[in-house]
Amino acid sequence: MVLQISEERNKEKEKQKKEIGKAYGKYAKQFTPRPKYFSNCVKAFISGGLICMAALAVQNRLEAMGLSQKDAGSFVTIGLIMIAQLLTGLGVFDVIAKYAGAGVIVPITGFANSMVAPAIEYKKEGPVLGVGSKLFTVAGPVLVCGISAATAVGIIYWFIEKF
Amino acid sequence: MEYLWAFITGGIICVIGQLLLDGTKLTAPRILVIFVVSGVVLQALHLYEPLVDLAGNGATVPLPGFGYNLAKGAMEGAKKGFLEAVTGPITSTAAGVGIAITFGYIVSLIFTPKSPKR
Repeated sequence: MVLQISEERNKEKEKQKKEIGKAYGKYAKQFTPRPKYFSNCVKAFISGGLICMAALAVQNRLEAMGLSQKDAGSFVTIGLIMIAQLLTGLGVFDVIAKYAGAGVIVPITGFANSMVAPAIEYKKEGPVLGVGSKLFTVAGPVLVCGISAATAVGIIYWFIEKF
Repeated sequence: MEYLWAFITGGIICVIGQLLLDGTKLTAPRILVIFVVSGVVLQALHLYEPLVDLAGNGATVPLPGFGYNLAKGAMEGAKKGFLEAVTGPITSTAAGVGIAITFGYIVSLIFTPKSPKR
């Protein structure tokens, strides 16, 4: 009997806690600025589109110079990565990302930035355990998930090819 | 025309990313992972190749293009044999990943952290 009562009390307490949590969530929502969906999307569209268009222009130029499509693509990727990492090192990338949002995060430039940004922050911990490991705080999961998925795809295709 | 498609495709992929950033509670690293894996899956189903044919760099420069390259390497390798299927993904993206690691390391060692200007 006593146990039951205490259980009921606990339940009530939990309920109250949840209600308080909900009320707080509502209260906090009043003060969190709503993202400007439309203008953010327009900015992302334009900046992302411009990066892709610039990449295509360089790719076409390289192909005209006699490189194969695959090689030209690799050089374009290398160029984008190097530019993005250099800008991150100079502290310019953050300023651009503030305006462009996902427009510079979703292209490969965002991947490059995500490697250098945490690595620079943890420089004090040394060149091996600081920079060396923090290079992969974001890139690690991306590479792990991407490569695992692709390897699985490769094995599945090999199976299909074989049987 | 080619440039227009590159602009539109690249732009739309970035808008999807922006909507995920603003509309959901997903953090940026998760969004990057989602994009890469979705690129792998789409290419495995032969759905990403047409987009690349249409838009060129508009489809390969955003992160799903990285996943596309991984999956493409695996699928091309699978035709040759098991080892090629396993080495394919990394081989096809080796240039980008290699430079990203090496150059990123050099940049991180040279530059000092700056507090972002607000």
